[in-house]
This record gives sequence, structure tokens and C-alpha cells, in this order.
Amino acid sequence: MLFYSFFKSLVGKDVVVELKNDLSICGTLHSVDQYLNIKLTDISVTDTEKYPHMLKNCFIRGSVVRYVQLPADEVDTQLLQDSARKESSAPTR
Amino acid sequence: MAEDLENIPTITVKEPLDLVRLSLDERIYVKMRNDRELRGRLHAYDQHMNMILSDAEETITTVEIDEETYEEVYRTTKRNIPMLFVRGDGVILVSPPMRTA
Repeated sequence: MLFYSFFKSLVGKDVVVELKNDLSICGTLHSVDQYLNIKLTDISVTDTEKYPHMLKNCFIRGSVVRYVQLPADEVDTQLLQDSARKESSAPTR
Repeated sequence: MAEDLENIPTITVKEPLDLVRLSLDERIYVKMRNDRELRGRLHAYDQHMNMILSDAEETITTVEIDEETYEEVYRTTKRNIPMLFVRGDGVILVSPPMRTA
């Protein structure tokens, strides 16, 4: 649940989601769930326009995400490291 | 004396994920599917190998085959991303960085 909590803390921030089909979608993180499915609002395409006509919002299935590019200033690396250490000693499987 | 021994924190390495834990806040090399590699500083991971890397450099390797000479031309594309979440299902292996230069 570490990354679920992590993404919840980033709701409202701008991220770029790169999918496994090489599409990159820039948008504001609206919500996330335990499967790391993502809802973005006010989306725009980054790179090139190999892009079907999309509206303002989208829902992305977690399994098709390759990367999520995050704003470095919004991330508390110390907190992440401490949580990751705890997570591995007491796994919530 | 017995009390001193108990107060020393011990890091036990029992399973493979414990080895990844040793690399937290260190630079690592990640080999991924689709001929991709990442180098970056590891800040978080979980049992799925989802990860957060900072100052990440992604290398994509492609092979182009010349139609006439049939020679294989290996090309790499690199890009830098300041803070990156990596989904675990794309990860093949994680290791300390291999310094070639």
C-alpha cells in the first residue's frame, strides 16, 4: 500500500504518465486506487501527436502504466525511504 | 554486557528483497523490458518492484538492420527525468550501477 499512499499525497499535482504503448499524457492527478489506476484531469499530450482525440479527463488502468514522471519538489525522499524500509520488514500482503 | 549486544541494530538479509533494501538512497541500475535501462537513486520500492528513482537516466537500445549490408546498427537514446515512478511489472533486474567509464 506504500505507493497507493504515496500517490494519494500527490493528488492535485501535475504529472506525466507514460504508458506501455509509448503514449505520454500530462495532467493533474485527480485520484488513484489500490491498483494504482489513475484518473487525470485537464490532460494534454506531451511528445508527439500520435494521439486519439481525448477530452479533458481520463481514467488509466494501472497495469498499462510504464512510468509516472513526478515533480521532484513535491516528493519527500526521506519519508519514502523510511516507509520502504518498514514495508519490507512487515509486508502487508 | 548482554544489554549492549541487544541494543546494536542488526540488518538481516533473509530474502532477495532485503538486498534491494540495502540499496535505498543509493544509485542503482535497473534492467527493464523492451531493451530499456534505468540508472537513478532509489528512494522507494515494494514487493512488486514498483520503484521511485530520482535523477534517473533512461537508456533505450534499438537495432537497425541495413537492408543491403545486413549489418546491425545499435543505437541508444537517453533521457533524464528528475523524479520517476517505475511500475514493477516492467522490471527485470536491479543491481548496483556498473561503472564502465
